[in-house]
Amino acid sequence: MNDLGSAFSTALGLVATADPAVAQIVLLSLRVSLTAVAVAALVGLPLGALLAVARFPGRGGVIVVLNALMGLPPVVAGLLIYLLLSRSGPLGSLGLLFTPTAMVIAQAVLITPILAALTRGVLEGLWEEYAEQLRSFGAGPWRAVPTLLWDGRFMLLTVLLAGFGRAAAEVGAVMVVGGNIEGFTRVMTTAIALETSKGDLPLALALGMVLMAIVVTVNALAQGLRDTAARWAG
Amino acid sequence: MRTPDTILPLRAEGLGFAARGLRILSDVSLTIEAGAPTIVIGPNGAGKSVLLRLLHGLLAPSEGRVTWAGQAARRQAMVFQRPVLLRRSVLANAVYPLGLSGVARAEREARARDALALVGLGDLADRPARRLSGGEQQRLALARAAALHPEVLFLDEPCASLDPAATKAVEEIVAALAARGTKIVMTTHDLGQARRLAGEVVFVHRGRVAEHAPAAAFFAQPATPEAAAFLRGELVW
Repeated sequence: MNDLGSAFSTALGLVATADPAVAQIVLLSLRVSLTAVAVAALVGLPLGALLAVARFPGRGGVIVVLNALMGLPPVVAGLLIYLLLSRSGPLGSLGLLFTPTAMVIAQAVLITPILAALTRGVLEGLWEEYAEQLRSFGAGPWRAVPTLLWDGRFMLLTVLLAGFGRAAAEVGAVMVVGGNIEGFTRVMTTAIALETSKGDLPLALALGMVLMAIVVTVNALAQGLRDTAARWAG
Repeated sequence: MRTPDTILPLRAEGLGFAARGLRILSDVSLTIEAGAPTIVIGPNGAGKSVLLRLLHGLLAPSEGRVTWAGQAARRQAMVFQRPVLLRRSVLANAVYPLGLSGVARAEREARARDALALVGLGDLADRPARRLSGGEQQRLALARAAALHPEVLFLDEPCASLDPAATKAVEEIVAALAARGTKIVMTTHDLGQARRLAGEVVFVHRGRVAEHAPAAAFFAQPATPEAAAFLRGELVW
């Protein structure tokens, strides 16, 4: 118990003094996860919107696969990207393994199905409401995709949040393709795992607190934005 | 009034519609010409809304066909019983279909604002559309359709969920559009409204067009016993 108490106070000290090593790890985490969300959103949101409006044979199967991929274990995503990027892999010549770029790719692969599946769910309801009116205007499913993405923008904020939460919290993918190299590819989750196993509980705890604070802050901001939007748009 | 590239007359030939084994319309043949509003009346469930959707092209007929005299796709518009407004401002709602129908970007806002002024929503252009009252929402739906300058405007029970004041506002807008040369094809189950607006009447009964006559003649002397009973206010189905 005493251990926990002293670890806690040391952790608070590390956070309060903005310890440079901690700051670097936090900033890299944010950079990797936010970039991964942005990349995944570029693919996942339009894909989800298209699945919401398009009717084609095999659509049900695609949705089942997508929903299943939401549960893709991060280490498996990491392993796939590792195989692609390793020296002997098809993209090995790019030399990306054990770099932040590889971590972005792995996290983007991990959360793209999550964004696509959640987007489909959210926009399917909107499409049900809009379909007849848009067809009357002469807009087919293709043209409806940007309309739905724009009109569903505040609901999609929640989807992006879910993606960010997943990316920021996962260890397996960034560990496998990043290698947890100090000062280069060490992020909050991999550092927490390492420091805990080494027994440096204050640093692990400090990073844990920062991680929690970031997740809470991002959610609070999004909630505020959504409430403002709801008041505006009805 | 008839321009050489008019899309009217609109012809339905042997039109039928069935969904999931349920027959809704059978053997509808009618010709709709330019001129005063065509009002489609009949009991609830007679098939009025389906007829309108078939004519507008939202539904594909099970039998028969709908033909126009010209390229009709972009010269007709429809207003629904419950307006579906986009989650955007009033002005953005009126601009949206103009982009889809190929109106030049520079022209869109002016046309949308004209249409909003026509329905009396000019001052609310920057408001979120979905915060409008029910009557205002339906007027916005009318403005959105009117901005397209359609030759034919279909309206499906546009006043069904409105209070009398809002109904009056909608009827005035419809009359103004008709006076401007827009062909109105509208369903209603409100006989008073039909009398106020109709140039001619299409009476739909049990999925068939039972009568198609000039309004004065229809209301004075309906040709079928069903129409006569409907006009007396009896329950027919």
